[in-house]
Amino acid sequence: MGWIGETVDSIKSIQIRQLFTQAISLGMIVTSALIIWKALMCVTGSESPVVVVLSGSMEPGFKRGDILFLHMSKDPIRAGEIVVFNVDGRDIPIVHRVIKVHERENTGEVDVLTKGDNNYGDDRLLYAEGQLWLNRHHIMGRAVGFLPYVGWVTIIMTEKPIIKYILIGALGLLVITSKD
Amino acid sequence: MHSFGYRANALLTFAVTILAFICAIASFSDKFSNQTPSAQIQILNINWFQKQPHGNDEVSLTLNVTADLQSLFTWNTKQVFAFVAAEYETSKNALNQVSLWDAIIPEKEHAKFWIQISNKYRFIDQGHNLRGKDFNLTLHWHVMPKTGKMFADKIVMSGYQLPNAYR
Repeated sequence: MGWIGETVDSIKSIQIRQLFTQAISLGMIVTSALIIWKALMCVTGSESPVVVVLSGSMEPGFKRGDILFLHMSKDPIRAGEIVVFNVDGRDIPIVHRVIKVHERENTGEVDVLTKGDNNYGDDRLLYAEGQLWLNRHHIMGRAVGFLPYVGWVTIIMTEKPIIKYILIGALGLLVITSKD
Repeated sequence: MHSFGYRANALLTFAVTILAFICAIASFSDKFSNQTPSAQIQILNINWFQKQPHGNDEVSLTLNVTADLQSLFTWNTKQVFAFVAAEYETSKNALNQVSLWDAIIPEKEHAKFWIQISNKYRFIDQGHNLRGKDFNLTLHWHVMPKTGKMFADKIVMSGYQLPNAYR
């Protein structure tokens, strides 16, 4: 009776140690992903260094599901640049091209008008009520590079959250049942 | 160590790494292309030039744009976005850039063109400073690749002037 209790205890302790090791390695993977993301934010100077194109307003250049790499510098904003901006009150960033720039003499403040390449009219309809221009503080970054199709993963996970849960559940199951 | 799961994982990681590497090289190859674009813009007519009820000047122009942007296309180019902007300065604003017309050029064959258009977007000033104003017309282009880094440049043509009186 005594040695049954001993073996049960030793089995339990091995499993606990294994479980901790797996949990810690999973934690390490998640935190290193977070570190890379924060480092990218520092390097590019933008709050979101990578964005996914959500609408077809910049087709055929950027299609839904492409990802854009952003960079924000102190350089002045000029016509033709593709910028990502947030409208007050909305949390979805919009990626459009600057078509008009009016820059003040001394302060460097700037009024900017944007338009999606595939849209008929400019973005005044998208701006906040009564807002005619964007200013520098609305702009989160300039698009400098792009990769096609990679953003579909994010779009699918956002629009059908059930897939996100299935994926995380499957990953969790894999972690728990794997032997090493 | 040799289960299906491990093999699939290793294969997938390798495939993704190679794909990323190919995209980077494709983008890098764009650095070696020799680009010699050319353009000319002529103002055919000032259609009208008025002061709006809000007090801002507005002018409507007809332009003749001739350009050869064929040398900008590489095998990694998806499209070239070209636009014409009027640039000028006023006492209130150090720089004003107003886009007058733009076009998407999807293929090299369409990149050599001659077109006569009136301004697609309204040329409106912040204020009423446009009478007799000297301005530049610049043709900007933005090369959008199939993958990788985008780059843009422009040709500045100066010497244009708006009339001294409203018409």
